[in-house]
Amino acid sequence: MDIFAQQLINGLVLGSIYALVALGYTMVYGILGLINFAHGDITMIGALVALTILQGLAAAGLPAPVLLVVAGGGAMIVCAALGLSIERVAYRPLRRAPRLAPLITAIGVSILLQYSAALVWGKQYIALPKLLEPSAIDIAGAQLTTLQLAIFLLACAIMAALLWFIKTSRMGRAMRATEQNPDVAGLMGVNTNSVIAFTFVLGSAIGAIAGLMIILYYGIGHYFMGFMLGLKAFTAAVLGGIGNVGGAVLGGLLLGVIESLASGYIGDLSGGVLGSNYRDIFAFLVLVLVLVLRPSGLLGQQNGDRA
Amino acid sequence: MHKHPIRSLAVALTAALLVAACGQEAPPTAPKAEAPKAPEVLTVKIGSASPLTGPQAHIGIDIRNGVQLAIEDANAANVEIAGKKVKFEMVAEDDEANPTKATTVAQKLVDAKVVAVIGHFNSGASIPASKIYSDAGIPQISPSSTNPKYTEQGFKTTFRVVAHDGQQGPTLARFAAKTLQSKSVAVIDDSTAYGQGLADNFEATAKSLGIKVLAREHTTDKDTDFKAILTRIKGKKPDLIMFGGIDPQAAPMIKQMKDLGIQAKFIGGDGMQTPNFIKLAGDASEGAMASIPGLPKDQMPGGKTFLDKYKTKFNQEVELFAPMGYDSVMVFIEAMKRAGSSDPAKFLPEVGKTTYNGVIGPIAFDDKGDLKNGPITLYVVKGGKWEPLETVKPETGAGTAPAAAPAPAQETAKK
Amino acid sequence: MNIAALFNDRHYRWFAWGAVVLVLLALPFITEAVLGRSWVRIIAVSLLFVMLALGLNIVVGFAGLLDLGYIAFFAVGAYSYALLASPQFAVHWPFLLLLPLGAAIAAVFGILLGAPTLRLRGDYLAIVTLGFGEIIRVFLNNLNRPVNITNGPQGITLIDPLQMGGFSLAQTHSFAGLTFSPVHNYYFVFLVCAALTIALSLRLQNSRIGRAWVAIRDDELAASAMGINTRNVKLLAFAMGATFGGVAGGLFASFQGFISPESFQLIDSIMVLCMVVLGGMGNVAGVALGAVLLTALPEALRYIGPLQQRWFGGVLVDPADLRMLLFGLALVLMMLLRPEGLWPVRRRQAGKGNADAG
Repeated sequence: MDIFAQQLINGLVLGSIYALVALGYTMVYGILGLINFAHGDITMIGALVALTILQGLAAAGLPAPVLLVVAGGGAMIVCAALGLSIERVAYRPLRRAPRLAPLITAIGVSILLQYSAALVWGKQYIALPKLLEPSAIDIAGAQLTTLQLAIFLLACAIMAALLWFIKTSRMGRAMRATEQNPDVAGLMGVNTNSVIAFTFVLGSAIGAIAGLMIILYYGIGHYFMGFMLGLKAFTAAVLGGIGNVGGAVLGGLLLGVIESLASGYIGDLSGGVLGSNYRDIFAFLVLVLVLVLRPSGLLGQQNGDRA
Repeated sequence: MHKHPIRSLAVALTAALLVAACGQEAPPTAPKAEAPKAPEVLTVKIGSASPLTGPQAHIGIDIRNGVQLAIEDANAANVEIAGKKVKFEMVAEDDEANPTKATTVAQKLVDAKVVAVIGHFNSGASIPASKIYSDAGIPQISPSSTNPKYTEQGFKTTFRVVAHDGQQGPTLARFAAKTLQSKSVAVIDDSTAYGQGLADNFEATAKSLGIKVLAREHTTDKDTDFKAILTRIKGKKPDLIMFGGIDPQAAPMIKQMKDLGIQAKFIGGDGMQTPNFIKLAGDASEGAMASIPGLPKDQMPGGKTFLDKYKTKFNQEVELFAPMGYDSVMVFIEAMKRAGSSDPAKFLPEVGKTTYNGVIGPIAFDDKGDLKNGPITLYVVKGGKWEPLETVKPETGAGTAPAAAPAPAQETAKK
Repeated sequence: MNIAALFNDRHYRWFAWGAVVLVLLALPFITEAVLGRSWVRIIAVSLLFVMLALGLNIVVGFAGLLDLGYIAFFAVGAYSYALLASPQFAVHWPFLLLLPLGAAIAAVFGILLGAPTLRLRGDYLAIVTLGFGEIIRVFLNNLNRPVNITNGPQGITLIDPLQMGGFSLAQTHSFAGLTFSPVHNYYFVFLVCAALTIALSLRLQNSRIGRAWVAIRDDELAASAMGINTRNVKLLAFAMGATFGGVAGGLFASFQGFISPESFQLIDSIMVLCMVVLGGMGNVAGVALGAVLLTALPEALRYIGPLQQRWFGGVLVDPADLRMLLFGLALVLMMLLRPEGLWPVRRRQAGKGNADAG
């Protein structure tokens, strides 16, 4: 039972990371109807920026919380700027273009980000200097470190804050209006361009936080880490219902748990035929199943335009 | 609308050809503008193929550096072959540790008319490339590939200067059984030709020695999250975890092991035995063990000198296989000297007859091209450094603990 | 002088095409003399990619279905050939049987992978096809236990070359004073196959099914309302595209003598997509052009390394990275500035009776 509990904990933490990244996907898709392929790579850049800041400041002897805030802040600023420029330069001119064009542009931006990162940071794996000594709590025989707990709580907190923001603030209202009907929202006095830009900024900033969490959790950064992460986070967003903030978090947590449990138990379940090397495709299988059986996702509304 | 496509086609083709033509004028080696001063100077090109970019670049560049050092030493020694003074040149190519790129690189080296190749690094690259070298009759020594298949293809041109997984895997297993006294083990591999081959060999011997294999897991060479696999293994409570793979995966793996509170020992192959592993894993690397074909570097006959020379020239420590790269070049040169020719057709047979005392120890090849009596050394991470534990001769399986004194039989004359 | 008009003119057409054919036949020998044999290999491989790109062109260009997992069909074709013509199962079937078999197997996979995507819109379709591409690659990499089918990451070596009777393409032959090395032999085979592929694509484009594809691409609802069976037509697009990929895969396996899952990654799917997009989606000649350029360019870019060494005394930008940066940039710029491609398709104006050029 303790192994199951451990797998569950691992899954929830992994899922929290997926959730944070999925929020970026879901917000942009809700407003623009565009899958921002580059979002996973923006997260990667946030992670690497945070890593560099931490490496640079580690010798300064500052207390860990200060370091984290500085690194997180730096990453958020860089990612927000990045998200803003990408939206302005690559996506905005294509708002009225046929479907294929922004999708291909997004792939192009993704490649650009990856290899620019390779240019700046090199293609080697980069290690995080020793910062925190996570203490572990014992739950039902499984280890739960304070870091893991922090990641999970952070994901929930950000989701709550985001939901509250969208519900109560003016900008949030503007976002909802633009999501429902950009033209009419424009007529009502909403500056849709600003709203869209703001959405990108917000999504990218949250992605940066996710990047910081990844660095802390795994201790390693790499220019290619955003790709798979992005795909899985997108799967999570679809699973939960794309366009739905709560759905993104739910989808993320669920996907993390599914992946963890599947990797852990597939060997036993399949009698040794399949093993944990099939882990990556679980996410895709989930994606296919969801899109075929319930395209609107768990929390999404039934839309008629999936066909 | 008609003009544009044809014109742009013409422009594009011209541009491509121009760039290619520029490339022809700038070969990737030293400029050819040296007028021969001595009456007859023969230029001999030796190829080096290894990953110069990507996650294994630190190992590939290390190999290339070893080759470069050897070439410079050979040039400084004023080697003569059949009465002519010889100038050696290195042609280095980047195969990105990718099988398809490796074949492209192999073809390039053949076209560049190298007489011998030191390459490639990973078996996944060496094996496909070997066909191209074999077809061209160019001898190939791999300084690091350990998959047994490399020399089992029936080619006359394949050689290696390291023990292979058919020897390394079982050596690890015997070490686990006898020295570590492990009763149970969990095996993980990274689904690459190298990692899986090593793990499979280890598993087979472990089973035959009575060690219980409690779990056999697989990951990929791009993963960084092993918690699910490790948690499963934790439930089985093995004494030892063996990983067939390379340091970018081994390092996070051992970190996550410690995070999960797994008490088992951790052991792996030569892909893990790098300074980079310790750098990436930090404190968690303490106690990890790994094997590497070859003697401890400071026990190699030419080891200490080589290490110092390398450090002076390249301003960093030897990563892994530089000494093997160095010796490979020397083996080729010796073969050329014996055959009295730098023509591959003539000195290829001599390569097989090599008995050479190199930096790494005595080098001789069996009839498949494998290193004869290649020793394997086991290391452990102590105090943030790799310390040698035991040196094993694969055939006998007998281990000799080095302590501080060098193993007696290996003190032979230098090259 | 308007070159294109030359091809259209009834009198000069034969000379123009004759000249083109002559150049193509002589190209490997000219290339070897000027640039060396490795470049002959490159142009041979670029012909393979012409086939691949045209296959994807059917799916993306004609039918408007964004397939990001196309390389899976290439992989299926390659492995079908390799498994039945190598020491893996000790079976050595003749290529005349294997190539069509590979095409058929790939077509089946095309239908299998296409079927779940029929109801999906552009973005979802892309992701799902991407997922399928990855799934195929993971299976190819891991089907070596418990039963060794694909030999996993080690790949399949010693694959039979194309041979018939005693005549093997993997040997050097002499003819009319010219040396035909294996690379030359394969070049000619690929040339013929690429020409057939181009011819087939053009026939498809001008056929009923081609027009049905275009109809679906433009407006699926309207097409369906006009009586087109969208389901079958889409599946046919996947199947036909897959067939081209399957044949190309078999040829690739025999040419290289070695395949492994490493050659069939997502980045390769994206590369083929680039070829289609940059060449002009739907335009057969443009796509072929895109394929040749995008195969040759990275190889040409390899020389940038030594060039940088010369100019700057050090390599600032690694050529492999530079290639990818340029690709990414090219994709973005193409979509912003010229989304119809380098050589866009000229849509036939209905009722105007224009002969379509290129």
